[in-house]
Amino acid sequence: MNFKLKDLGPQLITVIAVVLIFGFFTYNAQINMENRGIDFGYGFLSQESSFDVQFSLIEYDGSHSYFRAYLVGLLNTILVSVIGIIIATILGVIVGIARLSPNYLINKFAAYYVEFFRNIPLLLQIFFWYFAALRALPLPQDAEAIFGVFFLTIKGLYVPAFIWENFNIFFYSIVASIIAIIVIRFQAKKLQETQGKQIPVFLISIGLIFILPLLSFLVGGVSLSFEIPQLKQLAATSFVYDGGLSLPPELIALTLSLSLYTATFIAECVRAGIQGVGKGQKEAAASIGLTPNQVLKLVIMPQALRIIIPPTTNQYLNLTKNSSLAAAIAYPDLVLVFAGTALMQTGKAIEIVSITMFTYLSLSISISILMNWYNKRIAIQEK
Amino acid sequence: MFKYLKQLTSLVAMVAVLFTFTTETMAAKKSKTLKNTQKKGFVRCGVSQGLPGFSNADAAGNWTGVDVDVCKAVAAAVLGDANKVKFTPLSAKERFTALTSGEIDILSRNTTWTLSRDADIGLTFVGVNFYDGQGFMVRKSSGITSVNQFKNGISACTNIGTTTELNMRDFFNSKGISYEPVAFEKADEVVAAYDSGRCDTYTTDKSGLAAQRTKMSNPDEHIVLPETISKEPLGPVVRQGDSVWEDIVRWSLNAMIEAEEYGITSANADSMKTSDNPAIKRLVGAEGELGAAFGLDNEWSLRIIKQVGNYGESYKRNIADTGILPDRGPNQLWTKGGILYVPPAR
Repeated sequence: MNFKLKDLGPQLITVIAVVLIFGFFTYNAQINMENRGIDFGYGFLSQESSFDVQFSLIEYDGSHSYFRAYLVGLLNTILVSVIGIIIATILGVIVGIARLSPNYLINKFAAYYVEFFRNIPLLLQIFFWYFAALRALPLPQDAEAIFGVFFLTIKGLYVPAFIWENFNIFFYSIVASIIAIIVIRFQAKKLQETQGKQIPVFLISIGLIFILPLLSFLVGGVSLSFEIPQLKQLAATSFVYDGGLSLPPELIALTLSLSLYTATFIAECVRAGIQGVGKGQKEAAASIGLTPNQVLKLVIMPQALRIIIPPTTNQYLNLTKNSSLAAAIAYPDLVLVFAGTALMQTGKAIEIVSITMFTYLSLSISISILMNWYNKRIAIQEK
Repeated sequence: MFKYLKQLTSLVAMVAVLFTFTTETMAAKKSKTLKNTQKKGFVRCGVSQGLPGFSNADAAGNWTGVDVDVCKAVAAAVLGDANKVKFTPLSAKERFTALTSGEIDILSRNTTWTLSRDADIGLTFVGVNFYDGQGFMVRKSSGITSVNQFKNGISACTNIGTTTELNMRDFFNSKGISYEPVAFEKADEVVAAYDSGRCDTYTTDKSGLAAQRTKMSNPDEHIVLPETISKEPLGPVVRQGDSVWEDIVRWSLNAMIEAEEYGITSANADSMKTSDNPAIKRLVGAEGELGAAFGLDNEWSLRIIKQVGNYGESYKRNIADTGILPDRGPNQLWTKGGILYVPPAR
């Protein structure tokens, strides 16, 4: 009994203290808001927002609700985070492996890249890419076409829009090829385990992912045409591209700076992971006749990943949270649209900031859960 | 356990209510903000992050502008010295939170008086020190001379967290023009983006356009279009709930405007004490007991006029002589064809 009390006591006191502190702040905020005639409530979310947003993944204009504006901001945040994470991961893995390259030039180049980009504050890099680098781009009327269809201008990157016919058939063909690949891989693994036979799974996969969609074009009636951006005159010296898809320069600058910055940290994680696998593992693998590719794929990487994943998760979380710096360069992310414009127009500071904080918390926790699940899956199962 | 917790919280609540009650009754006699200001020895004033003519800091950190002069007038009235002001530069997004949370006591930052701001978010507008309206700036070389020449696909740079964003939507919607809004948090970034060609037009209050134009790499390449698309009465704001402080700020501004009306300037204020006009004598503190109403001495308005000057002097010094808007337009006295009209100080 005594032992239990000793154990519970400090925990109980902590809980009471936390509750009291929270209670005090809530009470304090309530009294202050009452004194100043500010009412509290989330009812504003259904009101008409009456402001427009530059770039949105879903249909939105000022006649939609504040909640819709919140979704616009959230999706833009997710968009920049997902693109950023993909580019940063690819770049990070390449640079991380390059740092271990015996080639002096590649090795040093990777090292300088890492040291340069990770030691400059991110906000400065965002400003650099937006206000210095992208500002040097030509005006729409002076832009040279890249491959005849892309236009990189100060007002953004204009790319041809895809116009699909029978898109659903094309989509199903991709799904079918992915399922086929999974089945083949499973069979191949079984074949190797039971009979020791190896089949070129990789080549077959590549073939499948191309052939099936191609068939959908030839016999499925799928067709694809492009809408190429056309230069349109607004006034004597002011032009814009019409038609096609446009990526705002704010999105490009933000993705570029976030990925270049985060890739340096991921590169270091990858290098640490590979170096963390004992030298003997590689030598032993080579001595039983595995090719260098097989050594990397079957022996080094599975062990290195265990070291790489946890710190890389941190970098993914950092990138997602750092994307809130978007507000500095007018990219309409959650902070700019919701905790910026919407907050100003409604004056609901406590409500909006709490929603925004909770949203970032949920985003980060989702990434953590996903990465932890992956980490557990690749962990060595001790028998 | 939870029974005690409930009792404890109600006890805490009771003490807090009692405490706020006692301080409230004291504030009825003397404003809490006024008391704090006198104790601190300076007026806490929120201004813009740099808008020539309204609130702008020079290299030495000295603030000037018509918005700055409102805070200086309050400092002269309350503390006797117009220089006893602590300026806090705020972005459009931060300004109201800074005021309601008590970080500043006056917000004098080219802020538009609207119903929702006045009624909804715990603010009180005390008057108008500049009548403005939203306009558009374009590059001269574009050949655009009127908003009627705007076409679908135009991109417009502006600030977030302002009435500008809402007016812009109303305007383009009514014209049926699709546009790309590019909204930045800081005015300097808006100017930089527009100046480099990211946007075809830059929209904000016309006074702001005129002021920011002076910051462009080549001001002569840009023009402000003649159309005004909204009403923007700009004025100082205080926190809701301190009516004495509200009155002090309101009448400090009114005193400046009324002083111009009666021809009292910083140069002749002292000699006006012997004037025959009782209205003038009241304004320079030679007659009546006007200051007592908000717990100040009788020379509060005399100090404003002597140290800051009347409204006309402030306008000339900050906006006309700097070449921003030499023509006073609606910001002229009602006696001279403008709409500046303040209630009498009596």
